[in-house]
Amino acid sequence: MPLGTKSERGQFSVSRHDLVHLQRLEAESIHIFREVVATFEKPVMLYSIGKDSSVMLHLARKAFFPALPPFPFLHIDTAWKFREMIAFRDRMAREMGFQLLVHINQEGLERGINPFIHGSKLYTDVMKTEALKQALDHYGFDAAFGGARRDEEKSRAKERVFSFRTASHHWDPKIQRPELWDLYNTRIAKGESIRVFPLSNWTEYNVWEYILAENIPIVPLYLAKKRPVVERDGLLIMVDDDRLPLRPGETPLLKTVRFRTLGCYPLTAAFESEAETLEDVLVEMRAMHTSERQGRVIDHDQAGSMEKKKQDGYF
Amino acid sequence: MRCLAENTETGKDLLRFLTCGSVDDGKSTLIGRLLWDAKLLCDDQIVAIEADSQRSGSHGQDIDFALLLDGLQAEREQGITIDVAYRFFETQHRKFIVADTPGHEQYTRNMATGASTADLAVILVDARKGILTQTRRHSFIASLMGIRHVILVINKMDLVDYDAAVFYSLRATYLDFAEGLGFETLSCLPVSALKGDNVCAASLSMPWFDGAPLLAQLEAVEVYSSADSLPFRMPVQWVCRPDLDFRGFCGTVSSGHIAVGDTVVVAASGQTSTVRRIVSFDGDRAEAWQGDAVNLVIADEIDISRGDTLAVPHDCPDFADQFSARILWMHADPLLPNRTYLIKIGTTVSGVRINRLDCRINVNTFERTAAECLALNEVGVCDVAVDRAVAFDSYAANRGTGRFILIDRYSNDTVGCGMILHALRRATNVYRHAETVSKSARVTLMHQKPCILWLTGLSGSGKSTLANVLEQHLHGLGCHTMLLDGDNIRHSLNRDLGFTDADRVENIRRVGEVAKLMVEAGLIVLVAFISPFRSERRMVRELMEDGEFLEIFVDTPFDVCCRRDSKGLYAKALNGDIPNFTGVQSPYEVPEFPELRVDGTADVATSTEAILALLRARGIL
Repeated sequence: MPLGTKSERGQFSVSRHDLVHLQRLEAESIHIFREVVATFEKPVMLYSIGKDSSVMLHLARKAFFPALPPFPFLHIDTAWKFREMIAFRDRMAREMGFQLLVHINQEGLERGINPFIHGSKLYTDVMKTEALKQALDHYGFDAAFGGARRDEEKSRAKERVFSFRTASHHWDPKIQRPELWDLYNTRIAKGESIRVFPLSNWTEYNVWEYILAENIPIVPLYLAKKRPVVERDGLLIMVDDDRLPLRPGETPLLKTVRFRTLGCYPLTAAFESEAETLEDVLVEMRAMHTSERQGRVIDHDQAGSMEKKKQDGYF
Repeated sequence: MRCLAENTETGKDLLRFLTCGSVDDGKSTLIGRLLWDAKLLCDDQIVAIEADSQRSGSHGQDIDFALLLDGLQAEREQGITIDVAYRFFETQHRKFIVADTPGHEQYTRNMATGASTADLAVILVDARKGILTQTRRHSFIASLMGIRHVILVINKMDLVDYDAAVFYSLRATYLDFAEGLGFETLSCLPVSALKGDNVCAASLSMPWFDGAPLLAQLEAVEVYSSADSLPFRMPVQWVCRPDLDFRGFCGTVSSGHIAVGDTVVVAASGQTSTVRRIVSFDGDRAEAWQGDAVNLVIADEIDISRGDTLAVPHDCPDFADQFSARILWMHADPLLPNRTYLIKIGTTVSGVRINRLDCRINVNTFERTAAECLALNEVGVCDVAVDRAVAFDSYAANRGTGRFILIDRYSNDTVGCGMILHALRRATNVYRHAETVSKSARVTLMHQKPCILWLTGLSGSGKSTLANVLEQHLHGLGCHTMLLDGDNIRHSLNRDLGFTDADRVENIRRVGEVAKLMVEAGLIVLVAFISPFRSERRMVRELMEDGEFLEIFVDTPFDVCCRRDSKGLYAKALNGDIPNFTGVQSPYEVPEFPELRVDGTADVATSTEAILALLRARGIL
């Protein structure tokens, strides 16, 4: 059963009181962006191309207007992103005029690390966590913006807005710095860094409301369309290219699906939906009974998955 | 967002609240139960919690609601909350952000983190255990942070047979205690979080209670911020200069209202100008309110940079370098008066010293007692001296500009937070007298480059011997010198000081200031002090100009010093006759980056030559 039902176009809009709340969230995020730029030597924004990154890009443009965001955008590529994501990324860099850095773990690539043979855990470790650490070390970034929200996952609900990392990118959730009011402690020693989460207090719903209210471009995969998928272990996996090894008996079917989150295509499940517009998406979300990261295979590959990945340096 | 509402009264507003109280009072369980009963959980979360409860839950076959919030592995293993968790939910009437905070005393700083952004505190009490120290501590911190609304939840009523007498007795005790805390609203509620009594629905087991259940109270309580009606304040965060034609001052309006054409004043300089534009991505704005992140273009070219505060001329913040404040200490190493820290206030970060610790406030009785230091989780009233004047208000008058955090200079940890009471005028009335003969004039006449040779090391490491020989050499070379020896100064200038950590800090502060005066007089100053703490050695270094402070670590192993024991002090200390002896009960912090390390077991001539070589290399000889 598709989760969403089609709403009549134009009927849905973000209410006035929700706009006031979004305006507060926007101001808080802008404050965070500016604080980092004013106090760190070499900040970077982690650009994952998803909806949260789209909102972050928009907020960064607002924060420094009429100047451009004074930091580069870093995409950790894994060679397994949806093709539409890569096209969208390159278009955004071109149209918005930001400096795009793309890093891929060459060693992992050469060793042919992929999610099918090596499993999602090793693949994520090598192609995402390791790759991210390599890039941060290579460029010497001392602050990195990430789009994580506290409502996403239980260990993220525990994290500070300014989250300290040791020189080896380790996060110790047991001794986080106290974080009082909006007085962020930006002091670090050489080699250490801070991960900064301007969307900490946003919910998934706020993100969609804001995308609608601000007309922010997003990857089309978030909206329903007929796409080739196979059903595997109860999840709908999109056949984005011919590298997806089909198991015996699997034949791609065309289904009207969309995505709630976007990552590497073999690890990100689609779901059946008729929500073709942002308004439809918001209506559908109101009726949803599952949490956001349910379609992420990597969140479920071990107990306390996200916390362990985060301690090792994953975003 | 172009079409923002002017009328914020309609529709759902946001309430930020926290749950606090002592450990095992059921804070996480209460929030878990609230989300469950209000049907605010997702299907996959329900499946996960059911599975988790079987695996690591503490209620047998029943659902362990705390596992919804205790998201860290260490928390789930130990069944406790370590750090604050934020949950977001929405009912038909209101949006909520709840901070579920830990009850353990050692994690009080995380409770303070949650309290700093909350409008309301839900304080839990275990009906069987009553009002505990931690209940009082959390109530006190909530009050310090300026939280005006409190709901006292007497939890675990199921374990006292839903007895009304238990509830009313605890209620009376708490009301009596909380009288001085200045809460605007305070309601008390008997609850069983585990069974769901009075969480979302009225309890059938407690018909004697006719108040509204928790959720209804959270939906109904009226909180409003007065920050819009306060005078305009904006700490400048960042100066926007994309090209030569544009200069905008970015920041978040911390209180009040600003409109194009308004006059603003820079608190530091008193210079005024008018707001020409309020620039935004969505087009220029006519006005802005508290909480808005803005970019102001000012009509005149006046000096403004990060750390400055913009205000209205008729109602300015205080601008001074000393104030009195309440400080909550959040680090295992105690706060010591006269030690230097960093302070972040608004967008300013500066050196700071706690000049005087007026008193410690007992969290149980609110009694004020004299104190030499503030330990972890203690609250005190302090005189704070910032290295330079800063703009501020009292926390009571203006929360945004009346608060600060303290940061350790070495670890960069956030070690304390403070709420300002009032400015201290003593600093503003003492003016520095400009000297006609300058330091450089004196130095020229001396024909030498003055400096401090700071010899640090354990007692008996050979500092005084080395300093004496070195001074003889320098004197022979025609240098103007002065030797400050630890033992001698302790007999004179510092004879009122003992050997506690607080006194050691003051000991070094004084000798540092004296040495500085001597450098200004043009002398080469030799200082031979144990000076065990990095923080104070660094403080003296920062008093001096670059290159004037040369730290020389006289590195002699502890057992060698013990064996030498020329004054018989180690024998006494090891025997327990001298408390706080460095190297025995009191720590010696080895210099990390001294200008020179000399081997204290080598002969004095070798060490002297090494120091002379350093002085030649630095152009002092």
